[in-house]
Amino acid sequence: MADGLRVVGTRPVPYGAYEKVTGQAVFGADIHLPGMLYGKVLRSPHAHARIRSIDAEAAMALAGVYAVVTAADLPPAPPGAPPRARYARERILASGKALYAGHPVAAVAAADPHTAEEALGLIRVEYEPLPPVLDVLAAMRQGAPLLHEELRTRSLAGLAQEPSNVAQHLRLSKGDPARGLAEADVVVEREFRTATVHQGYLEPHAATAAWDADGDLTVWTCTQGAFDVRSHLAELLGLPLARIRVVPTEIGGGFGGKGRSYLDAVAALLARKAGRPVQVVMARSEVLRATGPTSATVIRLRMGARRDGRLTAAVAELFYEAGAFPGAPIDAGAGCLLAGYDIPHAQVDAYDVLVNKAQTGSYRAPGATQATFATEQVVDELAGQLGMDPLEFRLRNSAHEGAESIEGTLWPPIGCHEVLRAAQAHPHYRAPLGGPHRGRGVALGYWGNWGGSSSCTIAVNSDGTVNLLTGSVDVSGARTSIAMQAAEVLGLALEQVQVTVGDTATAGYADVSAGSRTTFATGLAAIAAAQDVIRQMCERAARLWGVPVGAVTYDRTAFSTRAGSARRLTFRELAARVGEAGGGPVIGRGAVDGDQVGYGGGFGAHIVDVEVDPETGRVRVLRYTAVQDVGRAIHPGQVEGQIKGGVAQGIGWALYEGCQYAPDGSLLNTSLLDYKLPTALDVPVVEPVIVEVPNPNHPFGVRGAGETPIVPAPAAIANAIYHATGVRMQELPMTPAYILQRLGTIEGA
Amino acid sequence: MPVLHIPPLMRDLTGGRPQVRVRGQTVGEAIEALDAAYPGTKARLCEGERLAPGLAVAVDGRRAAQGLHTPLGEESEVRFLPAVAGG
Repeated sequence: MADGLRVVGTRPVPYGAYEKVTGQAVFGADIHLPGMLYGKVLRSPHAHARIRSIDAEAAMALAGVYAVVTAADLPPAPPGAPPRARYARERILASGKALYAGHPVAAVAAADPHTAEEALGLIRVEYEPLPPVLDVLAAMRQGAPLLHEELRTRSLAGLAQEPSNVAQHLRLSKGDPARGLAEADVVVEREFRTATVHQGYLEPHAATAAWDADGDLTVWTCTQGAFDVRSHLAELLGLPLARIRVVPTEIGGGFGGKGRSYLDAVAALLARKAGRPVQVVMARSEVLRATGPTSATVIRLRMGARRDGRLTAAVAELFYEAGAFPGAPIDAGAGCLLAGYDIPHAQVDAYDVLVNKAQTGSYRAPGATQATFATEQVVDELAGQLGMDPLEFRLRNSAHEGAESIEGTLWPPIGCHEVLRAAQAHPHYRAPLGGPHRGRGVALGYWGNWGGSSSCTIAVNSDGTVNLLTGSVDVSGARTSIAMQAAEVLGLALEQVQVTVGDTATAGYADVSAGSRTTFATGLAAIAAAQDVIRQMCERAARLWGVPVGAVTYDRTAFSTRAGSARRLTFRELAARVGEAGGGPVIGRGAVDGDQVGYGGGFGAHIVDVEVDPETGRVRVLRYTAVQDVGRAIHPGQVEGQIKGGVAQGIGWALYEGCQYAPDGSLLNTSLLDYKLPTALDVPVVEPVIVEVPNPNHPFGVRGAGETPIVPAPAAIANAIYHATGVRMQELPMTPAYILQRLGTIEGA
Repeated sequence: MPVLHIPPLMRDLTGGRPQVRVRGQTVGEAIEALDAAYPGTKARLCEGERLAPGLAVAVDGRRAAQGLHTPLGEESEVRFLPAVAGG
């Protein structure tokens, strides 16, 4: 195999695959404890309302009810704590005001789910409804209803004097944008809107909490980050970290949406009050009403280019909905908006704006897909006005190593140029469209990935197998890609590496599995742990042979003192003699700060063919090719799965998905019958094309693969619709009704 | 001396200057020196003895993981940029 690699680059059956497809995997709601009670959450029917009083007397009097909790059961934030400490509490259980329809107000624990449900109906909450604000631009207007009366806009200009729904204003700039626009021969300016969409994971949130006699808390939960949940619980409950054990279950999809804790503290409060374990599982309607969707946005973008095909400037305003609490992904949106291009002059202003909807959460490359929907359409339009091939135009302006990004950083080695070239060379790009009303679109997308902190241990067994333990939650097959890297370094077959995702009491710290970081950073920790094992094994061999440690080498087949020496032991043979060598068991340890090591961002270039029915506005996706630089595909099959999954979600975002709100702020599509996710009937065969431009800061070149593939998809489809119809699409989702409006077939709403 | 690139929204404190040269062997020391010359700048960049939430620093074109402790060379260029994490 190339590079002498034996495990990296192969396609073994992933760990846990059999359990998942045979229904044996243990997910959040599969936990059952003796004496366990069932919790239910009472949610505000109002999008914005003052809570006058909560009377739970009748609920507590119902037979089978063991506990009712409200915000009053949460210890208050410490004096002087920043506002985010208060928001962390109010997010879990509303106090003072309900800020969106679905905001938790109280919770009940009962002997069975039906009794808990009945008890919710007996809790009397007196609300004073307030006018809600549901649109990002409306929320910014003078006189708009304020969600948090004390909130002032934070920016590097200082804290604003007046209260506002704008939590943060961010500005990135380089060069002189006015000059750049003046130098342009063509300028395109458009405004885009994208709807609130949900991550659409199939497993609802579930948490089970139990306290022991010493007052220590254990929580089983479906999460992307057990250690984050532990920190959240410690902060809210005022407990030392060491007295909380968070056990991550298998996870039935997260896509960023399970990086935030919703139920864990509620289950813990109920369990403490009831004196018994409590499990809380969300219904689908609760998932859609009350867990982090991604931001709806308004984006205004103006870009200019010269006749020679060089971009001269870009000026953008990004307005991202945060929902009920600050935290829209404006940083990533602003950073990714122009990432693909080497533009001399640019300015991006981005605003994090509160509205009366559930707080937005991360969703696969948070903030980037919306921004790219704008950029890639404007770039496409510029190419068209200049009479240039859209990929050639992008290549002429593509970001490259050493170029300065809008953030002021210099690009390290990246694969922007390479993915565009691979797309250009792909047969799909030149294939005939084969029919009327068909169009082909392309788009370029970027996600920066992340490093974060990770750790692993590897214990060597006497039969030559090893046990790898990590605290990194396996969201999408990371166990396998982590173990493969360890196996490669150890010179073992993957079957000899047993990998376990530990809980917060048994495994070392790991940041949340997010930002496409796990195969990179936890992989690095596994490599470090494997190298530590080899160092210790060499030391044991030296003891056995009575030679200096430096005289022993390991060539991934055997330990020896020199080539051809009789002193030679395979890993398995030496593992059997570790006890004899003295020095105790061999346990390797690896811990890394992935940010310090240097993670690498990933570019993707998509080509898509669509057919638009001019009578109905229906779009059929005919063919899809997704090219992506992943640095190095540790497990190409899993990487291809990530690319296909990202495209499928991008198709849903482009054509179908969108939360529909009534004027009072209540969500109308609260089931998967009404919230349309793409199915196998909507997604064509997606052809993934892996490009490998190694990240120089990882021994195997890993960048991360999970998020980039969603980023260009809606823009590529919008460009394809344009080339099929001659009309630009400026909103997501591009439903049949919207397309017919744009075509002038029907009037707009 | 290292050069600090002043974010556009902070230039009201530096009289419109987009760059300021200050002494400092770390990012933290450079910010202290900046604040001495242009009072109020540290309060916008830092929360206590750490970079403000959501803020990161790049030194010589590369994001620096050590924040205020990042060492600076004599000719280092320092920029402030958003901290980003993913889904």
